[in-house]
Amino acid sequence: MQLEYFLLLAAALFCIGIYGLINSRNAVRVLMSIELLLNAVNLNLMAFSNYLDADAKGQVFSVFVITIAAAEAAVGLAIVLAIYRNRDTIDMEQFNLLKW
Amino acid sequence: MNLAEGVQLVSFGILVATTIAASLGVVLLENIVYSAFLLGGVFISMAGLYLLLNADFVAAAQILVYVGAVNVLIIFAIMLVNKTEVFKPMKNAWFRKGATALVCVGLFALLGTMIQSTSWAVLETIEPVSSTALRLGQHFFSDFLLPFELVSVLLLMAMVGAIILARREFIPDLDAEQEFVFTLPERPREPVGAIGEAPDDSDS
Repeated sequence: MQLEYFLLLAAALFCIGIYGLINSRNAVRVLMSIELLLNAVNLNLMAFSNYLDADAKGQVFSVFVITIAAAEAAVGLAIVLAIYRNRDTIDMEQFNLLKW
Repeated sequence: MNLAEGVQLVSFGILVATTIAASLGVVLLENIVYSAFLLGGVFISMAGLYLLLNADFVAAAQILVYVGAVNVLIIFAIMLVNKTEVFKPMKNAWFRKGATALVCVGLFALLGTMIQSTSWAVLETIEPVSSTALRLGQHFFSDFLLPFELVSVLLLMAMVGAIILARREFIPDLDAEQEFVFTLPERPREPVGAIGEAPDDSDS
């Protein structure tokens, strides 16, 4: 097992997440794509912590990332619910709040 | 990790296949409910990858937090936004999809060549940490004490903010002749059961 395999998998997951982040029109799917991005970063941290650092500091950072991701999911879904209640749609193309 | 090399490689291959397939399903499938359940599959296979990387505590935390909390929250949100609306087609949507796919493939190629061409200073003698929970606790309470406390405060603030954002507004003036259905002090604007089958709602 090599470090490069894990890094390549994380890069692939990151690219898939970016594709979904830009192209999806459902607002909940955008949040799911953000979770994919955070998981890719977590996998990178884990791989570096296992192969380059004997002190397991990368795992500490990944626990922080998991915590922030949970908070982000809660706040993001609350915002999506509030916008849905006001606008009656979840199409990202019609969210022109805070645009200009 | 004292598994054999072949066992590690085979399980890594299976986990990679499930991760990539499920994440492509999350992004590409039309039905959002399928996407949410496939997202759970991505999280579980990521936990398996963490186990391969000698991080058993974080793998357990991944399953608890992501599959148990975040994924359930997403499914709840999908069910609360229970409206299968057909999005209005946009002009030049194919161009945006194609350009995004091109950029993503290019980014992956760039990252791949960078990963392959860098000579990583991999430790020769990888000895796995004996008990990761103990080591993580030592880190949290010695040299990462301030971020740990800050994260706890931030989590509390985010939860309070999410509750305030998602709460329905209080409507003070109650109509006397209206049928009194809700006994909660916070009344929704419209009857909850009729959201899906409102007459002006075209196809739900």
